[in-house]
Amino acid sequence: MTITKRFWIALIFSLPMLVGMILIPFGIHLPGGTVTQFIFTTIVMAVAARPFIQSAWASFKKHHSNMDTLVAIGTATAYIYSIYAMFTNQSVFFESAAFVVTFVLLGQVFEERMRNNASNAIEKLVDLQAKEAEVMRDGQLVKIPLEEVVTGDLIRVKPGQKIAVDGVITEGGSTIDESMVTGESMPVAKNVGDKVIGSTINSNGTFMFKAEKVGKDTMLSQIVELVKKAQNSHAPIQNLTDKVSEIFVPAVLILSILTFLVWYVFLGATVAQALIFGVSVVVIACPCALGLATPTALMVGTGRGAKMGILIKNGEVLEEVNDVKTVVFDKTGTITKGKPEVTDIVGAEDVLSIASAMEESSEHPLAQAILDKAKEKSVAKFDVTQFKAIEGKGVSAKVNGQTAFVGNDKLLNDVEIKPEMKDQMIQLQNEAKTVVFVGLDNQIIGLIAIQDAPKETSKEAIATLKARGLKTVMLTGDNERVAKAIADEVGIDSVIADVLPSDKADHVKALQENGKVAFVGDGINDAPALTMADVGIAMGSGTDIAIESGGIVLMKNDLRDVAKALELSRKTFNRIKLNLFWAFVYNVLGIPVAAGLFFTLGLTLSPELAGLAMAFSSLSVVTSSVLLNKAKITTAATA
Amino acid sequence: MTRIIVLIIGLAIIGFILWWFFGKHEVAQTTATVNDDNQSVDVEVNGGYSPEVITLKKGVPAVLNFTRKDASSCLDRVVFSDFGINQELPQNEKQAIKIDTTKAGEYQWACGMDMFHGKLIIK
Repeated sequence: MTITKRFWIALIFSLPMLVGMILIPFGIHLPGGTVTQFIFTTIVMAVAARPFIQSAWASFKKHHSNMDTLVAIGTATAYIYSIYAMFTNQSVFFESAAFVVTFVLLGQVFEERMRNNASNAIEKLVDLQAKEAEVMRDGQLVKIPLEEVVTGDLIRVKPGQKIAVDGVITEGGSTIDESMVTGESMPVAKNVGDKVIGSTINSNGTFMFKAEKVGKDTMLSQIVELVKKAQNSHAPIQNLTDKVSEIFVPAVLILSILTFLVWYVFLGATVAQALIFGVSVVVIACPCALGLATPTALMVGTGRGAKMGILIKNGEVLEEVNDVKTVVFDKTGTITKGKPEVTDIVGAEDVLSIASAMEESSEHPLAQAILDKAKEKSVAKFDVTQFKAIEGKGVSAKVNGQTAFVGNDKLLNDVEIKPEMKDQMIQLQNEAKTVVFVGLDNQIIGLIAIQDAPKETSKEAIATLKARGLKTVMLTGDNERVAKAIADEVGIDSVIADVLPSDKADHVKALQENGKVAFVGDGINDAPALTMADVGIAMGSGTDIAIESGGIVLMKNDLRDVAKALELSRKTFNRIKLNLFWAFVYNVLGIPVAAGLFFTLGLTLSPELAGLAMAFSSLSVVTSSVLLNKAKITTAATA
Repeated sequence: MTRIIVLIIGLAIIGFILWWFFGKHEVAQTTATVNDDNQSVDVEVNGGYSPEVITLKKGVPAVLNFTRKDASSCLDRVVFSDFGINQELPQNEKQAIKIDTTKAGEYQWACGMDMFHGKLIIK
C-alpha cells in the first residue's frame, strides 16, 4: 500500500474523533463513546500504522532502529495503554495514537514529493537527448534511433532539430543553441570544422556532421554522470550526523523511559499523565530531519549548478569553497581570450619567415599566432632541421645552415640584444604585448609582439570577487611587464610572472600558507595546479583533463561564472548548515518541551502536537533545500 | 511499592536498550561467489540490509540485487556515494545495481536518509 493511501485511511478514521473532540465543549459526544474510538483507532493502527510496526520490528531484530521505531513505539504505547484504560474505566487517549499516525503519514506524503522534486533535475537532462538521427548509410540518408548511431557516421541536422551526438561539422553551417549544456543563452555560430555538442538545438541552418562521440562518451552523458556523482557524494559535515544518527533512536527511547519514570515515580503523576509525556518524547524526536539536511541541499545545489553550466564535483569541494581566501588565475585563456594575435614585427625582413618555419611543429599557443600571421603575409618558407625545444625558453633549429632560435626573454641570458631593440621590447611589453625573440647565431635579429586581449567580462568578474573580499592573483609564464599590464587592465591585485608551467603547482602551494586557494585555469597545461589548489576551477571547453582535475568545472568560457560558482557553493553550504542547525535545534528544544520540563510554565505538548511537529520538521528541511532553487545568485560587483 | 517496581522495570529496559543497540553483535556477512567472470549478491532490505557487509573480488564485474521488503520510506532508496549511485527501490521488486570493482577498498552504502548503512569491501 502506498503512503498516500495509508494517509487517506488514517485521515478518514481519525476525522470523526477530531470532530468529536471539538464538539465535547458543546456537550455533544461521539456516539458509542470510547468503544467507537477504540474501533476507529484499531483500524488506523492495523492498516495505516502496520508498516511502521513491521519495519520497526525488522530493524529491531538486526539491532538497528529508525524513525519507524519511534513512531511504532509511541503509537503502540498510547494504543495499548488506552485499551487497558478502557477496560478499567479510566480516561483513554486512543485519538492520540490515530492522530500521530495521520500526521506522520501526512508529513511523509509531502516529503516524498519534495524528495522526488529534488532529485529529478538531473533525469530531465537525459530527456534532452534527441530520440533519432538522420544518418548517411550506403549513400542514403536514413532515420535511425539514437542508440544505433556509431562514431564516424555522417549525420544531417535540419533547422530546429536536436543534434544527436558530439561531432564535427563537415558541410554547411548554422547557429546553435547550446544553453542546455553550457548555460550560455546566446546561440553560437558554427561552420565546417567546428565541434557540435549532442542534445543542443540547431536553429536556422542545415549541416552535416561526423559523429565523434556516442552513447556514454558524449559530453551530455559525462555531465549527467558527473552531476549524479556530485549529488550523491558525502559532504564532510555529514560525519557529524552519521555519528548522531547511530545513537539517536536508542537515546530517545531511553530519554522517554526516564521521562516516564521521573513523572510517575518521583513527581507522583498518574500512569496516564506520565505515559503521555513519555509518548510525546518518542513521537517528537525526528532523526530524519538530521539525515535529510545535507543530501537534499547537495542534490538541489549541484543540480542547479548543472543547469547554469557550473558543475560542482562533490560535497567536499562545496565545503572547501567556504574558506577560500585567494583566487589564483591562469592568464592565457582564462583572463584573456586565449587567441593571441601578432601585432608588431620589429627587425629584419625574414624575422617572420624564420619564426614561422621554427614554430611549425610547436604546440605553444603563441606559435599559432605566428603561423597565422605568416600565412596572412604569405612569407617565404625555410627548411628546418635538428629541431629541439629549450625547456621554458623556446625552440632552436638549423635554418639554412645557421642555428636559429625563437623564444621568450629567458633566452636573453644566453644571447645578446641591441640596446635600441631592448627599448622597443620594454615599450611593447608595457602595452601588454608578449614579445617573442627571434635570433640567428647568438644574435637577436628581431622581435615579434603578440597580444592576447583580456575577455570583455574579465574585469567585471574580478571586481565581483574583490567585492566579496577575495584576494586575486594572476599566475603566468609571461613576462613581468606584460603580466602587470594585463593585471592592471582587469584589476587583479598581484601578479606572479615568469612561471614555468611545471612550477605553477608550487606557487599555488606557497599561496596556500595564507589560507585556502582556488585556482582557475583551462586545464590544458595547469592540471597539476588545479589538483594542488583547495578548489580547482576548470574553465571552458570541457576537456577530459579539465573535468578530471577540476573540483568545479565551468562549461562556459566566462570568468563571471567563477563568482557564480563560488556564490552557489557558498549558498548551498550555508543551506546545509541552516538545515542541520534547524534539525538539531528542533530536537534539542522539542524533546525537553515534550518531556514536560516546562510544565510549571504551562508549556506542554500533547502527543498529537508532537506528531505534527515531527512530520513538519523533516518536511521543512526538504522544503528549505528545494527552495535553494530559488535563491538569488548574483554576479554584480555590489553584491 | 508499585512505583519502586516500575522504577526497577524501567531501568532494566534502559539497560536492555543499551545492550541491544550498542553491545557487540554479529552482522550478516557475505562473500560473493564468482561464476563465469561475474559475481552477484542478493541483498534483502528489511529493517536494514542483510547481508550488511559484502566482500567482492576486485576486477570481476559485480551486481548487487536489492529487494526491498520493508514498507518504510526510510529505505526506499539506496545510495552508494562513492559510485554516484542513488537507486530507487520499489517495494518487493528486485533492483540490480552494477558495481565497478576496478578499485579495491572499503565503501559505505546507506539508505536515502543516511540512517541505515552497509559496507562493501572490494579486494
